[in-house]
Amino acid sequence: MKSSISQIKDSLRDKKISVEELYDEFLIKAKSSKTNSFNLLLDKENNILSIKESQKRYENGNPLPLDGIPLGIKDLFCTKGIRTTASSKILSNFTPNYESFVTQKLLDDGSIFIGKNNCDEFAMGSSNETSFFGPVKNPWKNKNVPTDDLVPGGSSGGSAAAVAEGTCVASMGTDTGGSIRQPASLCGIVGLKPTFGSCSRWGIVAFASSLDQAGPLTNSVEDAALILNSINKHDFNDSTSSNHVREDYFIGINDKLDQKIKIGIPSDYLKDVSGDILSQIENTKKALIKHNVEFVDVEFKTTEYALSTYYILAPAEASSNLARYDGIRYGVREDGKSLDDIYLNSRTKGFGDEVTRRILIGAYVLSAGYYDAYYRQAQKVRRLIKDDFQRIFNDVDFILTPTTPNEAFKMGDKLDPISMYKNDIYTVPTSLAGLPGISIPSGLSTNGLPLGIQFIGNYFEEKKLLQIAALAEKELNFNEQ
Amino acid sequence: MSNNWEMVIGLEVHAQLNTSSKLFSSSPNQFGSEPNENVNFIDSGMPGMLPVMNFACIEMAIKTGFALNFNINEYSVFERKNYFYPDLPQGYQISQFEFPILTEGFINIDNEGNQKKIRIERAHLEQDAGKSIHDIDPKFSFIDLNRVGTPLLEIVSYPDLSSAEEAVSYMSSLRQILMYIDVCDGNMQEGSLRADVNLSVRKIGGELGTRCEIKNLNSFKFIRQAIEYEFKRQIDVIESGGKIEQNTMLFDTSTGETRAMRSKEFSHDYRYFPDPDLLPVNLTQDQIDKVKTSVGELPQAKLDKFINDYNVDKNIAKIITVEKQNAILFEKMISETDVKPKFIAAWLVGDIFAFIKENNLEVSSLNEKTKEITDLLKLVSDDIISNKAGKEILPKVLNGQGKPSDIVKELGLEQVSDSGELEKIIDEALIGEEENISKFQGGSDRVLGYFVGKCLKATKGKGNPKLINKILLERLKK
Repeated sequence: MKSSISQIKDSLRDKKISVEELYDEFLIKAKSSKTNSFNLLLDKENNILSIKESQKRYENGNPLPLDGIPLGIKDLFCTKGIRTTASSKILSNFTPNYESFVTQKLLDDGSIFIGKNNCDEFAMGSSNETSFFGPVKNPWKNKNVPTDDLVPGGSSGGSAAAVAEGTCVASMGTDTGGSIRQPASLCGIVGLKPTFGSCSRWGIVAFASSLDQAGPLTNSVEDAALILNSINKHDFNDSTSSNHVREDYFIGINDKLDQKIKIGIPSDYLKDVSGDILSQIENTKKALIKHNVEFVDVEFKTTEYALSTYYILAPAEASSNLARYDGIRYGVREDGKSLDDIYLNSRTKGFGDEVTRRILIGAYVLSAGYYDAYYRQAQKVRRLIKDDFQRIFNDVDFILTPTTPNEAFKMGDKLDPISMYKNDIYTVPTSLAGLPGISIPSGLSTNGLPLGIQFIGNYFEEKKLLQIAALAEKELNFNEQ
Repeated sequence: MSNNWEMVIGLEVHAQLNTSSKLFSSSPNQFGSEPNENVNFIDSGMPGMLPVMNFACIEMAIKTGFALNFNINEYSVFERKNYFYPDLPQGYQISQFEFPILTEGFINIDNEGNQKKIRIERAHLEQDAGKSIHDIDPKFSFIDLNRVGTPLLEIVSYPDLSSAEEAVSYMSSLRQILMYIDVCDGNMQEGSLRADVNLSVRKIGGELGTRCEIKNLNSFKFIRQAIEYEFKRQIDVIESGGKIEQNTMLFDTSTGETRAMRSKEFSHDYRYFPDPDLLPVNLTQDQIDKVKTSVGELPQAKLDKFINDYNVDKNIAKIITVEKQNAILFEKMISETDVKPKFIAAWLVGDIFAFIKENNLEVSSLNEKTKEITDLLKLVSDDIISNKAGKEILPKVLNGQGKPSDIVKELGLEQVSDSGELEKIIDEALIGEEENISKFQGGSDRVLGYFVGKCLKATKGKGNPKLINKILLERLKK
């Protein structure tokens, strides 16, 4: 079993290992990995200063909360002086001169970045197969067909695969419609998407601004809480950053539940799922019921509209957010005879198929004559979805769902976009509502592949959410399965 | 061309707000810097950069709302206007569309002595774009992003204007008001204030025609020329059997002609939608009211006050109120002296403005010298020195060469107002003038001028002419 951040810190404090040795250990493993989960790895020389300073703090007995911890960073976060590509050709030569808010907070707390994790191009995808740098392989294998390479999920597929195979202690991902939770589920790790507005979007390559949210992919709920402590801060430079009072999410995470907890299970989510998936929910129920937890059936009225709403709104915002990649000021430029040619060539060659598809969908739903029927209508439905959740939260503390409708699938298996989009059916409604959700591994499928469950909490109730997730994690004991 | 045509004009005026930083970034908002000097990561559209609203722009919009009689909306929304151009780094302009901050305003314009109410449909905040420079190099175009993100207030009138004169009058009133409330420096040459003219023609009182939009006019002269040319062009097209296409036009300042830039067929679909990076603007009545106190007195109110309360001639009052700094200088002088405002006003628009013009000064530079000026004017109005002497001393006073009273003494310009002394001089002057005296007494008033002149000459010009006149009359009537 892999060590938690707290355990690693103990080893560093007790001088069982030095910060430099720790970094070496992970880097060597990452370099020899075949999962393609990093777009870029940082040699020790790049981080030698931070490593030494971190070591000094341990020796002085005043380590920072994440001191010396090697982290992977999804290649969507701008990192100062370190190439940031969004796994796209168009940014394949881009090195920002600034550090994203979230990664700056992680650096401030002593962590050390080992590299930039592969992801779907501009975070658009559910299998990490749209990356310009090639697909990421899931470290897990189907025990019945062990020769198949499986997808890790997406879009934070590189982050999930790296954490799962132990080439970084944890990774920062982003989640727009499930991009943290779904790959975490398919790779058997923990993935937390905080409430929209918790973690600043400043310096994260934007996909869909009203949905994008940074969050950790970790080996444990405790680790997720520790990282959330670092990154969950108000930021004046992000107008959608909430200024609510933040709690300490780590302290008391394993405290006994003092109140009766009521968890809703949406019956409509479980209508057509496989026995494997159904048993994850049943096992969780069994595990928690002895802890003063009550389960009730709840029913959404908007579930069937969530995916189409998402696939109107997210592309609409993306079509505009990605307009800045025009080959003029930075990024890859393809020459042309006229200005229009430069735009056309740079963007045609710079973007992959899925990104192009979403830009076209987005431009279409915003265009004159279609705006009311698509974009405006989708905004209205989004409001109804939010209301739907609030109606259910009037009665329950959490909602429990499967994270994904299926286990990790074979690379290249889902060729048509619609069947790919359906992978996000349980994560997308939460994103549209802006609610926090956490996926934890709950068990193995009949093929021996990890499956995850998702707890959804009400706005800014990450503290409670992490507590229930930690309890379920302990009871389900996935890592011993 | 028959003469039963009339034009229908609406103006879209873009006013750059004179905030210290940009609408959504902290870069300096200033003209004349080195290319790309005032550009940060937000302005240059770098990945992951986010806009943050500069509340000073909202306050200026509110101020404008009060000054132009607008409804000031508590709720307004920034949207993205999507189009590609190299001087638009984000690939979209952040602007207000469906929910602008100001709606339904108006101003009254002066048109040949008559007041006309011009309704204003809306005013909204938006980002300016950068500048593309195509004429430096034969092969390359250059981009200057300094102007990117500069706050603009776009003020859209109804088509209530019906001549070039009215359009110019509207534009100049707008400029005057915006400068009064200190939201725009009004510098049209630098592009701080520019107008798009929408114009259509119709038979007098007939149905509205198809309009064309002439873009980016940055002087009163160009507005007038463009309107006059476009009016004739549209009539020519119609009278020769053609149809007006709804085009966007450019005005060629060298030829004074308009020409089509793009037709409606090729017009952009801007795909407006609310900017998800920004929250809607939600103002409280309190926030709005707080700005009200900073609006200050508007040009029309000042004009009325100068005419009615200070008895200043209408034309002179107009000159003074054209620019706020004139009015400020004038009111400061009034507050510091008991010299009649009417007297001060005449001096201000006369010799004082002439001095400013000659020396290429800012009117406001005299705000520090009002005490000296009013001291001088007091000497003139109290007849201590002559009008002519006053004019002579003014430049010295304005150049800071001393206190007026000292200069007067130094140059010996004080008038002789001692009646004893003057009586003596007059009596001497009348010696041997029996013939002229009897002419006067016989009814010839003309002789009086001759005597006054003779006496003034005898005082070397320093005699108080009024007093001389008075004593002379007493003597001659005996």
